[in-house]
Amino acid sequence: MNEQHGQKCDFVGMDRRDFLGAVARTVPTWLMVTAIVPELLAAEAGSPDEKYRPEEHRYAMAINIHKCIGCGRCADACKTENNVPREPVFFRTWIERYRVPFEGEAVVDSPNGGIDGFPTEDHDSGTFKAFFVPKLCNHCSNAPCVQVCPVGATFTSQDGVVLVDKDYCVGCRYCIQACPYGARYLHPTEKVADKCTFCYHRITKGQPPACVEVCPTQARVFGEMGEQASPISRFMRFNDVTVLKSWLNTDPRVYYAGADEEVR
Amino acid sequence: MRKIPQQLIPLAVLFIVLLGVLVVARQLFVPKTFGDLGHYRATAVDEVAAQPAAYAGYRVCLDCHDDIYQRKQLSSHAGLACETCHGAAAAHATGESDQLPTVPRGRDHCQLCHGYNSARPTGFPQILSNMHNPGEACVKCHDSHSPRMAKGNGECSACHQMIANQKAVSSHMSLDCTDCHTVPIDHATQPRVVQALKPNSEETCGKCHARGSSAGAEVARIDMAEHGGRYLCWECHYPHLPEAKL
Ligand code: HEC
Ligand code: HEC
Ligand code: HEC
Ligand code: HEC
Ligand code: HEC
Ligand code: HEC
Ligand code: HEC
Ligand code: HEC
Repeated sequence: MNEQHGQKCDFVGMDRRDFLGAVARTVPTWLMVTAIVPELLAAEAGSPDEKYRPEEHRYAMAINIHKCIGCGRCADACKTENNVPREPVFFRTWIERYRVPFEGEAVVDSPNGGIDGFPTEDHDSGTFKAFFVPKLCNHCSNAPCVQVCPVGATFTSQDGVVLVDKDYCVGCRYCIQACPYGARYLHPTEKVADKCTFCYHRITKGQPPACVEVCPTQARVFGEMGEQASPISRFMRFNDVTVLKSWLNTDPRVYYAGADEEVR
Repeated sequence: MRKIPQQLIPLAVLFIVLLGVLVVARQLFVPKTFGDLGHYRATAVDEVAAQPAAYAGYRVCLDCHDDIYQRKQLSSHAGLACETCHGAAAAHATGESDQLPTVPRGRDHCQLCHGYNSARPTGFPQILSNMHNPGEACVKCHDSHSPRMAKGNGECSACHQMIANQKAVSSHMSLDCTDCHTVPIDHATQPRVVQALKPNSEETCGKCHARGSSAGAEVARIDMAEHGGRYLCWECHYPHLPEAKL
């Protein structure tokens, strides 16, 4: 636009020098105006969608076994939130009940993942102690499932969440075999591997995972690692935390307080 | 000039063709953003994040159900989210769906958390269903948004705790002690000197349970003359827990 003016500059009584000077002065101003005004307008119109930056986050979950009442609301909410098939063999999260007898091995059961509650035993008198352990994908920093995936369909995102690329997964089940925590399953209709995402669609919008939202006793805590005021930091400070199967060096991002020796 | 050996030419052609196929195959099969962030498709992250949420989160409910929230926050159910009991309600909260959230009025629902189970943490309030008002809906006595009972007659339970507790979970829970007992005021300060009276006539029961009584329709009626024969009512029914079989 300015160029065309340039050719006609003699008409307006400007010499070339003046004209170039004028251009040099106005163009940056124009550019600045065009760059800033829409931003100001957007700011006025409401929050300009703050883009989520995965590299700025490091998520973790902490579970306090002493607080879990085994109500199964987490396992139920997870299925609803993530359209996990209702059949009692598919779970992204579930609750196990451990019953440790006076002598011998702990008895572990998880009828329908705990969604319908746990039957009360009449022969509890033989039990030395009992407790509930919620389980889910441990979002390992050193994830065996990621290592074995032949196509790069399962991966650790920049914020530390282990995800599955449904479009790219070939359904070979290697990852399901490799997971030491049994946290993966093959989706019966989609024929791809499926697992907990920490409710990635929620946490990236600042909402807690569904299981944490519905937990009645704060047995599950979710937040950012290494942030002073995060619930996770507080949890870590006040509890002796462990991870499951630490000897496998998977370096999980799901931490447990009150996990007994028997918990695997 | 040395000649390229004859046999190498077809090999070279084959090699180039194979290389070409490989390049094309890679172009075709390796997705666009693969490798941008790591050994995966970068856009897969956004696809996972795009999933819609079914649970709205309790804050959303405040806009319209603030009264319930305020009440709940002062009760022992403060730590429970609305959707813990009412199920996923994002569609209801956004007005996307006319379907109202589920309202869990059954005994089974409360017992998911409060039914006795030896694996629950010590101290968590639990009940034995068959001894805690069997057959009655929990919500008949407990407000689910503020479940702790207003304590019955505190005056009497200070000393008669066992009886008060027993009555509190019985079908006589709504009765005052003084519906059946005549208690002089000084009984509370000098219980052995000033005695409370036990019912001395079956009329005490009859004022509610007799055929012609004016008590509510839910109160079972019996024929005072026939029922129980020559025995007193409380020889067969423990008055503080009348449903118990003596
Ligand atoms: C935009 C306002 C609005 C929001 C937000 C909202 N509700 Fe409601 N809700 C209503 C109205 C209005 C009714 C009464 C509908 C009727 O009685 O027909 C209702 C009824 C209910 C009922 C009773 C259903 C019944 O059968 O009686 C429940 C339970 C409920 N809401 C739960 C929730 C929960 C949980 C949330 C948060 C996730 C929520 N509501 C958010 C407006 C809202
Ligand atoms: C312990 C489980 C529980 C929790 C937690 C809970 N509710 Fe309820 N809610 C119930 C039950 C049970 C009823 C039915 C009560 C009845 O019929 O007496 C009910 C009834 C309702 C109703 C309809 C009747 C009324 O009282 O108006 C609304 C609306 C409602 N709840 C909203 C909420 C909201 C909002 C929250 C969160 C602040 C919430 N509820 C938390 C169990 C719960
Ligand atoms: C998802 C689990 C859950 C459900 C469902 C639930 N509650 Fe609770 N309830 C709790 C928790 C947690 C507490 C607080 C316990 C504490 O203070 O340690 C509690 C406390 C109570 C208390 C108070 C006990 C006391 O001694 O202070 C009563 C009574 C109660 N609930 C009744 C009910 C009734 C009735 C229902 C069904 C409408 C119900 N609850 C459903 C988890 C639940
Ligand atoms: C007939 C009325 C009534 C019904 C029905 C009823 N309760 Fe209660 N419940 C009470 C009273 C009264 C108390 C308080 C007793 C006390 O203070 O010792 C109580 C106490 C409780 C407590 C606290 C126990 C503790 O150890 O602190 C829980 C939990 C509870 N009820 C749950 C339920 C559940 C769950 C149901 C349904 C399965 C239910 N109640 C049905 C009257 C009732
Ligand atoms: C300061 C403690 C105290 C308080 C408060 C109290 N009582 Fe008593 N009550 C006693 C004692 C002690 C006895 C036993 C007296 C005896 O055996 O001589 C008793 C006995 C009784 C008896 C049985 C009398 C008998 O003949 O066996 C009844 C009925 C009774 N109380 C009802 C009540 C009622 C109803 C209230 C509340 C209005 C109440 N009491 C408040 C301490 C108390
Ligand atoms: C439905 C009527 C009724 C109500 C309500 C009632 N009582 Fe009684 N109570 C009786 C009768 C009848 C007896 C006599 C039982 C007997 O002699 O076997 C009695 C006996 C007693 C006794 C003597 C000890 C015993 O267990 O026999 C005490 C103490 C007592 N009641 C206290 C109370 C207190 C405290 C309350 C309130 C929490 C209360 N009662 C509510 C009818 C009632
Ligand atoms: C103030 C009224 C009142 C008085 C007085 C009274 N009752 Fe009741 N009774 C009730 C009520 C209310 C119910 C519960 C009705 C229901 O909801 O099922 C009930 C229930 C009963 C039941 C049925 C229990 C069951 O669920 O199977 C028996 C038995 C009973 N009462 C015996 C007695 C006896 C014996 C006396 C006298 C010592 C007595 N009642 C005095 C009001 C009263
Ligand atoms: C000989 C023992 C006996 C005596 C005495 C007795 N009852 Fe009963 N009563 C019973 C039996 C048995 C039932 C049947 C209830 C059952 O199956 O639990 C019953 C049932 C009841 C019911 C419940 C009826 C229903 O439809 O659910 C009431 C109310 C009742 N009795 C009140 C009284 C009153 C008031 C008196 C004193 C006038 C009295 N009873 C005396 C044995 C007795």
